Amino acid sequence: MSSLNKSPFLKIFLSYLPLIMLFFSVFNDFDFNYLNLDYFAFNFVHLLIFFWTLRNPDQLGYLAIFFAGIINDVVIGIPIGISSFCYLILCSVTAYIRNITLSPNFIKDWMSLLFTILLINSIQVIVLDLVFLIKVDYTNYLINSGFTFLFYPIFFLFFNFLNERISFQKND
Amino acid sequence: MATGRDDFVIAIRSAFLKKKDKQKFSLLTLIFLSIFVIILSNFNFKAIQLIKLGINELIYRSSYIASIPENKLKEVTSKIKSHMELHENYQKKLTEKKNSEQLALQNDFLTLENKKLRELLDESIGSEEIFARVLIDKNSPYLKSVVLNKGSKDNVKIGMAVVDEVYLVGQIIEVNYTNSRALLLSDLNSKIPSVLEPDDIQAVVSGTGNDFGTIEHTQGNYTESFENKKIIAYTSGLGGLFKPGIPIGKIDGSSEGKINFFSDFTQLNYVKIISYKFGEEK
Repeated sequence: MSSLNKSPFLKIFLSYLPLIMLFFSVFNDFDFNYLNLDYFAFNFVHLLIFFWTLRNPDQLGYLAIFFAGIINDVVIGIPIGISSFCYLILCSVTAYIRNITLSPNFIKDWMSLLFTILLINSIQVIVLDLVFLIKVDYTNYLINSGFTFLFYPIFFLFFNFLNERISFQKND
Repeated sequence: MATGRDDFVIAIRSAFLKKKDKQKFSLLTLIFLSIFVIILSNFNFKAIQLIKLGINELIYRSSYIASIPENKLKEVTSKIKSHMELHENYQKKLTEKKNSEQLALQNDFLTLENKKLRELLDESIGSEEIFARVLIDKNSPYLKSVVLNKGSKDNVKIGMAVVDEVYLVGQIIEVNYTNSRALLLSDLNSKIPSVLEPDDIQAVVSGTGNDFGTIEHTQGNYTESFENKKIIAYTSGLGGLFKPGIPIGKIDGSSEGKINFFSDFTQLNYVKIISYKFGEEK
């Protein structure tokens, strides 16, 4: 088991796992937006980008996030560039929080996430509805924002565990 | 106070301009780049169109490959579900079968009669069908659409009807070289001129973003006449794109005025893309 932990393949795989999850999510629409459950949807990509750009930005490059946004736009059929812009706004907020925070605090991060997802979903709705004249369902966006915010602690635990494994493999 | 503002400015500057060791571009550069992309995607220059087509082709194909495991899983789940419902369905089918033969004969007669009458009126409708496979069916909250594996090289054009068996499911809104995107009836932006039978009411069936539709542009008192009746919505053919009489969905007592589409948009695998030629055009 210990030899498995030291395997170079596992080390490389773990270090690329956030990136793999990001591209898998956008290519495959694996973001739980589309579970077809009434009044339930949340955005996995937002949680993924928020956590990794806040806690370990070396694992998720901005350029990769930009391209992930472009892919997401093409896959879901909205004008190219909107998701990239929203993802990068999310990155800007996390970069700002990182710069002003000396000791990370989960509750503060969680509250910042609420502010950020409300901001980026508002930007998306405004751009789609007012600029591109594509009708969108405001309730869906609100529900999506709410559940994304509520599910952060669960994914925080998972991502944090992964982050610790990555740091452990790096320092090993 | 001034120190506080300085700290804020430093934090903002650092967040937007400073590159970490592994970041090749600063956030500000990428944000400007994405705004540039959004603005460019608004223009319809030939070069931009070609780039967009290229990006779409590449990503649709990649997305199709990436969704193979998920699609397989969906297929297995669907098979298990349908297997579980088999017995119940069998009993229903037995009772339905008793009536279907009579109805089929009646239908054949009416179809022939309708064809003859249309020929007399010089209103015959020809159609060309293209069979297509659904590459991607991302049921996003923004756009209810599917990507099909037939494009401009197969003569697919914007506005063509997309049909699942005999039921209308949507229309083509974007055509690339080897694939195209169809807007589903359930999308908020979908508006289909239709006729509600048996009352013969002209209406527009509009998508809601959910798996049902609504009726628009009818007078309020019509809805009262729907009570305790089974209303079927067919295309009216008024837009000139679809032939009249393609079944769309039904309204019954339990649906509270909502149109339940005949086709299940989450289970689309193969569809027909149809273009219609009316009367003299033929």
